[in-house]
Amino acid sequence: MVDAVFVWRKLVGAQVRSQLQYRMSFTLDVFGSFWISFIDFLVVLTIFHNISRLNSWTVHEVAFLYALSSITFAFTDLLIGHLDQFPQKIRDGNFDIVLVRPRGTLLQIVASDFASRRLARVLQGTIVLVYALSGLSIHWTAGRVAVLLVSLPSAVVIFGSVWVVGACVAFWTTDGGEFTNAFTYGGTTMAQYPFDVYGTWLRRLLGYFVPLAFVCYFPALYVLGKPDPLGLPRALDFLSPAVAAAAACVAGLTWRFAVRHYRSAGG
Amino acid sequence: MIEVENLSKRFVVRRGRFRRERHVVDAVKEISFGVERGELLGYLGPNGAGKSTTIKMLTGILVPSGGRVSVGGLDPSRKRIELARRIGAMFGQRVQLWWDLPLLDSFQLLRHIYKVPPGRYRESLARFREVLELDAFIHTPVRQLSLGQRIRGELTAAMLHGPELLFLDEPTIGLDVVAKQRVRDFLVEINRDDGVTVMLTTHDLGDIERLCNRLLVIDHGSLIWDGGIPELKERYGGERVLVVDLEGPSEPLQVDGATVERVEGPRQWLRFRGSASELTARVAAAARIVDLQVQEPDIEEIVRRIYMR
Ligand SMILES: Nc1ncnc2c1ncn2[C@@H]1O[C@H](COP(=O)(O)OP(=O)(O)OP(=O)(O)O)[C@@H](O)[C@H]1O
Ligand SMILES: [Mg+2]
Repeated sequence: MVDAVFVWRKLVGAQVRSQLQYRMSFTLDVFGSFWISFIDFLVVLTIFHNISRLNSWTVHEVAFLYALSSITFAFTDLLIGHLDQFPQKIRDGNFDIVLVRPRGTLLQIVASDFASRRLARVLQGTIVLVYALSGLSIHWTAGRVAVLLVSLPSAVVIFGSVWVVGACVAFWTTDGGEFTNAFTYGGTTMAQYPFDVYGTWLRRLLGYFVPLAFVCYFPALYVLGKPDPLGLPRALDFLSPAVAAAAACVAGLTWRFAVRHYRSAGG
Repeated sequence: MIEVENLSKRFVVRRGRFRRERHVVDAVKEISFGVERGELLGYLGPNGAGKSTTIKMLTGILVPSGGRVSVGGLDPSRKRIELARRIGAMFGQRVQLWWDLPLLDSFQLLRHIYKVPPGRYRESLARFREVLELDAFIHTPVRQLSLGQRIRGELTAAMLHGPELLFLDEPTIGLDVVAKQRVRDFLVEINRDDGVTVMLTTHDLGDIERLCNRLLVIDHGSLIWDGGIPELKERYGGERVLVVDLEGPSEPLQVDGATVERVEGPRQWLRFRGSASELTARVAAAARIVDLQVQEPDIEEIVRRIYMR
């Protein structure tokens, strides 16, 4: 594990150095995405200011939920957002090179790129978080801090697992990019707004099939000290690490299975 | 070192935009062969014969559809990581080096990926720098290297971790004569001095003739030749050509056991099988010979004949 992190750092370091070779385009990228994020943030702020309540949620509570989801998502995006381009690697047969090296294939793929420009989105989420906290008076117990500290990385793992499973589709279709995107980007928008706004069937779907609910909703309820408006068991508030572990297992097994279906390309 | 038994690979491809028809391609059909430690083996075949597909199954990139493979005692697709530490692979059409970074950075990254101990790394890098003359461009970003320079870098990358077995898929593709010679010398050296087993595919028959002591020929997925180059010449190139210079222009000679292929002034080309001295005696009985020469068929001619069968 320590060794894997070491290799990840080496490979990502190489990637960042490569990006810095094109300083101009790198700077423009970071600036561009920062501006987009900033405008996104202004839009969110406007919405928050024009509605005072969303069901039983105050504006700052919604902002808190939005920030948690946004930060974790942006962080996942930062780490493995380049899985979007993975189908291309499959199509042109460049996955061959990953397979002749004595390291896990998933590790190599995850470390094969690093979207530094997406740091701007993490920053945007952090600003929203500061805004939310400024209007909330959370009583920080040890339990709440712990739930938050465990839930955030768990959320990243859950998001990441969904993404990896989506990327596996590429081994069969050789063109799974769009499929994964609809899945995850759709997923975050939902996780950013309170769950009970959506219909029951959708909640079931997400709660059972794509366990995005654990990503932010239940931990946020716990930290905010709110009763679940849906009356679901409170144990759910603490389940995110378990869900993350399960999701990672499913993603890992799916990946292993999928790699055996790699067909390479002629040459 | 390598054992292959009835190895097959079938690709199912879907063709057409609307009615996606299933289409089966048998890229490799039940081939069997074995390779001993220390061999330098050439793998030859026309385009689309199944060479790359075979190499990919031997290196654990593709999972075979049938048959059995064992490389260094391991099943390549199941023990991929273990095998990867012991073999080196280079694909002439793919770039394994880090495109935007100096060549040296790629070597350092590979050192970590392969967990090469620092001492061993320094030693082998120093050696490759010398043998492949990398010093002039080792600090240049890979994207700025010429093809020949990059291939030398790729070879170093494939060898840095000291593999016992090296797979090369078209290592000399696109190289000029000098660069080709350098690569060939390098391969001979690592094979002779380090005992590295080498298996290479190529379309360059010069590679095969200068390097390989054994040749596999594959066509349409089936193995059609496995053996040495002299035996191949004997089998497919049994016919030789006797070139005789006569005193002056004359009618095509009529001698038993030979047919005149070509006449150019006093010079005639006679295609024959069997003993050259017997034929020479027969020709000498029919006409005065000023000069003569026996032409062996070259490997290119032989391969052309095999492919056209
Ligand atoms: N990934 C793939 N998907 C479908 N068909 C493939 C794939 N790779 C190879 N083939 C087919 O399998 C056959 C053998 O291909 P292969 O690449 O092994 O040939 P080759 O001997 O390496 O040829 P070349 O000399 O042109 O490199 C070809 O008919 C090719 O079209
Ligand atoms: Mg090929």
